[in-house]
Amino acid sequence: MKIANKTVTATQLVKDALAKAKHFEDYNIFTFLNEEGALKKAAEIDKRIANGEKVGKLAGVPYALKDNFLSKEGNTTASSKILEPFKSPITATAVKKLEDEDAIMIGRTNMDSFAHGSSTENSYFGPTLNSADKARVAGGSSGGSAVAVALDIVEFATGTDTGGSIRQPASFNGIYGLKPTYGTISRYGVIAMASSTDCIGFFTKTPEDMDLLMSITAGQDKNDLTTLPDYYDKSEAKEVKKVGIIKDFDNDAVSPELSHALKIKVEKLKKQGYEIVELSMPSLKYALAVYYIIVPAEIASNLSRYDGIRYGFRSDNITDLESIYTSSRNEGFMDENKRRIMIGNFVLSSGFYDAYYLKAQKARTLIIKEYEEAFKKCDVILTPVSPNQAFKLGEKVNDPVSMYLEDVMSVPINLAGLPGLTIPAGTSEKGLPTGLQLIGPRRSDKTLINFAKELK
Amino acid sequence: MDTSDKQIEHLAKLSDFSLSEKDSKSLGKDLESIINYISQLDELDTKDVEPTYQVFEMENVWRDDEIIPQEATREELLALSKEQEDNQIKIPKVL
Repeated sequence: MKIANKTVTATQLVKDALAKAKHFEDYNIFTFLNEEGALKKAAEIDKRIANGEKVGKLAGVPYALKDNFLSKEGNTTASSKILEPFKSPITATAVKKLEDEDAIMIGRTNMDSFAHGSSTENSYFGPTLNSADKARVAGGSSGGSAVAVALDIVEFATGTDTGGSIRQPASFNGIYGLKPTYGTISRYGVIAMASSTDCIGFFTKTPEDMDLLMSITAGQDKNDLTTLPDYYDKSEAKEVKKVGIIKDFDNDAVSPELSHALKIKVEKLKKQGYEIVELSMPSLKYALAVYYIIVPAEIASNLSRYDGIRYGFRSDNITDLESIYTSSRNEGFMDENKRRIMIGNFVLSSGFYDAYYLKAQKARTLIIKEYEEAFKKCDVILTPVSPNQAFKLGEKVNDPVSMYLEDVMSVPINLAGLPGLTIPAGTSEKGLPTGLQLIGPRRSDKTLINFAKELK
Repeated sequence: MDTSDKQIEHLAKLSDFSLSEKDSKSLGKDLESIINYISQLDELDTKDVEPTYQVFEMENVWRDDEIIPQEATREELLALSKEQEDNQIKIPKVL
């Protein structure tokens, strides 16, 4: 990705990226274009190159930033009304690490408001369109980031994955998307959704680029005490011999297109000499219910900070102190934000805690144990990312449960803290991209990336 | 679960929302279908299973008790609020 020779300048790369961003304006990818800032930084980098000074590993590489990463360029809105006026006075650790290597942020990307959604239709700024079919959704919640990379506007984009928000849009747009092991990349300066599953990751066009970005951003951060001690660069990619497939996912819920894509890939793996191991993981069918108990509970807690007082939107319909909270939150949140906050408060409330929240945390233990057992039998697991390819705009947005069901294959690994990498798996007869995900044990991120290189 | 109007009102209060009657009705319907879905967990036997609250393997991450310089200044942080007066965030009167 680096500007290795002097045939192209950072300024030219940024100008091209901005021109493409404008060309594809109707896809509604960006919530903010960093024209002035990006060109200024590009000029500085070009000057340093001309002077023979040292530049970073990502010198002049244009990238897109999901709108829930705090940075001083533009407003960090999480694609919500309640944070629409919010201009961050701090920079996220992950952003700082990218900028220290001289990457250039050309814009902030659209997402489901507060990352609540699987299609980017829950954005306050309207949906992002799929890169292959404008009548279909981009996937979500990191839809803008996925489409920015798929349409070749930028070399890479950041994302967050709480239950599939990187892997599913990567699959819907035919690119690579990595959700690392829980705790790998600092979350300092990234807007919290569900603290026990939130992860930061990337969208790229190649596994090699993913490796480079991981090497730059992974690592312990004193500002995020939930970061693991540095392991990524020290870890060795394990040679993959046995690939697991999950029998329990082989059911009517999976569309023929995804079943077919998996079958083709499995046949190819067999021919290449890999051993295919069938896994039975009966607890996984409860993972979605577990997820939609635990995650809303954490959302209800994390989003209680948006009170209309210290920062963000404050309603004009204020009569007293109480109404600052209730009116600002009522007007500032989307319906899906409200549903999740209310479900969270329901499962945590007196009389329901044991039946829902505690029960879900116990089920979570069973799911983790099933993965531990599975990785005694295989090196990596291969599954679809979601049951369907990109669906039509408006098809599911008014039926929350049918939207949640799109997450059925992506959420289990978030509950267990495992890494997952979406790899492109061709195009279906409908002309839509399909993707599959590779899943490994904790800290096997490098193995997944390396295996993806082998599968190219 | 029966999501009566009273229960929705209670959840809205816990969540700090002032919902219109129309929103209460439509959110109530959505919440009912979500709760029906998550209730399938009843089938799963979790007797003698320990709960998992986090998947971070470490415990007790200590740091020295010292003041660390912050990136944002007091002025920048105050400026994020809608109204200020005398270096304080202004809100309507409480009493």
